[in-house]
Amino acid sequence: MAQILVENLEKRYRIAERKPGLWGAVSGLVNRVYRDVDALHGVSFSIEPGELVGYIGPNGAGKSTTIKILSGILVPSGGHCIINNRIPWKDRVAHVAGIGVVFGQRTQLWWDLPVIESFDLLKDIYRVLPLAYRTIRDELITLLDLEALLDTPVRQLSLGQRMRCDLAASLIHQPDILFLDEPTIGLDAVAKLSLRHFVKRQNRERGTTVLLTTHDMDDIEFLCDRLMLINHGTLLMDGTVNDLRSSARRVVVDFEVVPALSPEHLALRLDPGAPLTERVEFQVSSQVPAFVSAITAGYPVRDLTVEHQPIEEIVADLYRRLK
Amino acid sequence: MADSIANDFALYLKMVSQSIRSQLQYRLSFLLMSIGNFVTSGVEAFGVWALFDRFGTLGQWSLPQIAFLYGLVNCVFAVAEGLARGFDIFGSEFVKTGNFDRLLLRPRSTVLQLAGHEFQIHRIGRFVQGAVVFGWAVWMLGIDWHAGKVLLLVFTFVAGVAFFYALFIIQATFSFWATESLEIMNTLTYGGVETAQYPLAIYRKVFRRFFTYIVPLGCITYFPAIAVFGIDDPLGSSRLFQYMAPCAGLGFFAAAIFLWRFGIRHYTSTGS
Repeated sequence: MAQILVENLEKRYRIAERKPGLWGAVSGLVNRVYRDVDALHGVSFSIEPGELVGYIGPNGAGKSTTIKILSGILVPSGGHCIINNRIPWKDRVAHVAGIGVVFGQRTQLWWDLPVIESFDLLKDIYRVLPLAYRTIRDELITLLDLEALLDTPVRQLSLGQRMRCDLAASLIHQPDILFLDEPTIGLDAVAKLSLRHFVKRQNRERGTTVLLTTHDMDDIEFLCDRLMLINHGTLLMDGTVNDLRSSARRVVVDFEVVPALSPEHLALRLDPGAPLTERVEFQVSSQVPAFVSAITAGYPVRDLTVEHQPIEEIVADLYRRLK
Repeated sequence: MADSIANDFALYLKMVSQSIRSQLQYRLSFLLMSIGNFVTSGVEAFGVWALFDRFGTLGQWSLPQIAFLYGLVNCVFAVAEGLARGFDIFGSEFVKTGNFDRLLLRPRSTVLQLAGHEFQIHRIGRFVQGAVVFGWAVWMLGIDWHAGKVLLLVFTFVAGVAFFYALFIIQATFSFWATESLEIMNTLTYGGVETAQYPLAIYRKVFRRFFTYIVPLGCITYFPAIAVFGIDDPLGSSRLFQYMAPCAGLGFFAAAIFLWRFGIRHYTSTGS
């Protein structure tokens, strides 16, 4: 059975309309107008133990709402969700004992406490037995290279250092599920790399299930086999990263003369609005060989190259088209 | 169950000791804040004394009797304020910032985590000030002590702390709807301390009812104090009622926890 099962998840927020100006603010006190915003619109997916899934989408697509519901801290307006045989928001305490959550934007640690004392408190909060705690703590300290940071109060850490500590903190109770919400945001290249290696290792060696939201496609390329794409609260794609990559090839064709392309071929252009020249870039999602032979047979072609499109561009392109 | 309560309490003590240690890191600041707390709350005591010095008595009430009420409510409030800091700052530090999610992500009750958030030791200033006034009052009153009165006093103290603690929990609960901790709650917390410095009997009937049955401030100050003084209540309450009255403080605390749970349900369904 799936470890994480999500069916038809819906979330509707009720937002008070703000009217502009002082008068608007005052009248809003008396006569408040609400607007409903659908953050999730029937999202379904399931994740098996040990999977490492990337969850992407533009800002405001519904990623964080999903993570919050899966973490048990937000109750959906409709739909089902079962994680480790529990409904997260019905049984919050038992549920969160078995998961780890890292928010890139916000630390889970105590701002004023030295790192090691934060870990120590978490041990008590999660009721980790002393022996198990020492083993896992020392292992995390080694793997994430935290030795030099242990006595520093969290507020004095750099973002990259803090992120490593946050990651360690989320694993002290050895959860079998880890939610990472934009863990690499704002990190430098070195910090990003070490974080990615650690997450991959945690997934491979411990079998921890990971659900990762990010805007950094390198995270996705390095880490994830599977990718889910959400926009406007609807899941638009759920497949492997390889599928996505092979689904989009770029074919650059240099024609002998400005070609009189058929409507079907015109539509495949990377930028359908641009004026036609001798060089045309096509975006071909499937059946590249058939496309290439159709082009070479139909028009006078001087040169032709097929390129893998960087995943960053594929996704940006998807976002643009989904608007 | 018992095991889990012991475990919760051990965690609470650990968090409190953590909080105390981090406050003691700044020794000078702790000293200055305690002295400041002592002086600012002490000015009120001076005000009460000045009033009596000018007018002699307040109806049938003597200065030591007022001082007893004053000392009791200040001690109780100082403890509650020091313990309930997490709830006091809840709106600005947890709801507004979204930090409350962090507490919800941990497998412990939110009440326990907020209770352990901070134990403000500089509130000792108000406590010492209240205790000095209280001690003077007891000495002046020449109370005829027996075991029942001592027990009543201890019970009143516990129930009083619970009462003011509950006010802070209610204030925190309101901030789920209105993020800034409501000024209106200050009229009950700080206003409550001022109100309870004087005997309930001097207030109008509607206030007396309010502070007995709705916000039972009188039940943790005035009524037990009457029993300790060993006098007849001008309001006509029975001795038994005076001894049982502090129960209302505990009941008020239970009601606040219930309200808090309701607030959490609201928060997790609106996600704001």
